[in-house]
Amino acid sequence: MHIKYFSWVKDQIGIESENLIINKKIDSVIDLITYLKNKNEKYNKAFEDLSVIRCAVNMEVVNLDNKINDNDEIAFFPPMTGG
Amino acid sequence: MIKVQKDDFNVNQEIKDISSLNKNIGGIGLFIGKVREGNNSELKSMTLEHYPIMTEKKLENINNEAKVRWNLVDSLIIHRYGKLYPGDQIVLVATFSEHRADALESCEFLIDWLKTKAPFWKLEESNKGKIWVEEKKSDLEAANKW
Repeated sequence: MHIKYFSWVKDQIGIESENLIINKKIDSVIDLITYLKNKNEKYNKAFEDLSVIRCAVNMEVVNLDNKINDNDEIAFFPPMTGG
Repeated sequence: MIKVQKDDFNVNQEIKDISSLNKNIGGIGLFIGKVREGNNSELKSMTLEHYPIMTEKKLENINNEAKVRWNLVDSLIIHRYGKLYPGDQIVLVATFSEHRADALESCEFLIDWLKTKAPFWKLEESNKGKIWVEEKKSDLEAANKW
């Protein structure tokens, strides 16, 4: 699973992207967030308030209950501020 | 056409390039977004981060959507990324149509949409430090009205 982080989510976690091989069963975005939060305090803090976390799976914005697969590109970021 | 780039853009040249291709353009809707210094001259710089490929994909989609909803001869979105300074241009939305309503409405639609649905994030640097810009409720409402 390839994971990307943007904006302050990236700043808080401290990396731009990572490849994860997860042995646990991860079915949805929220499962992945739970897994990441357990990794260490940085992730735990970044994902503390899920109301300000947006997720894209293969570059499409999805809800956090969206199903995911091992070969997906997942991105986490705050609400977008373009223009 | 979509352009996501670090470099500045020349509005006159961009308009001229598209206008020269079609003599049936009767009106152009134009929006240029710029970096604001703030009322107390507090802003030093604004860094725009984006999600490459997804940005282009999303801008392409919304540009096509505008062409479905309005009768447009052509349309152009240029969005910059990287470190910008007060006064710099950030974004250009230009819509070309036979009649003004199509150009003006679609231009507003595109910039409203860009504000909340294009994967860009703004980091503002001022005397107080660096702060990621938060989503504005008014921007969300503006995007939802379409």
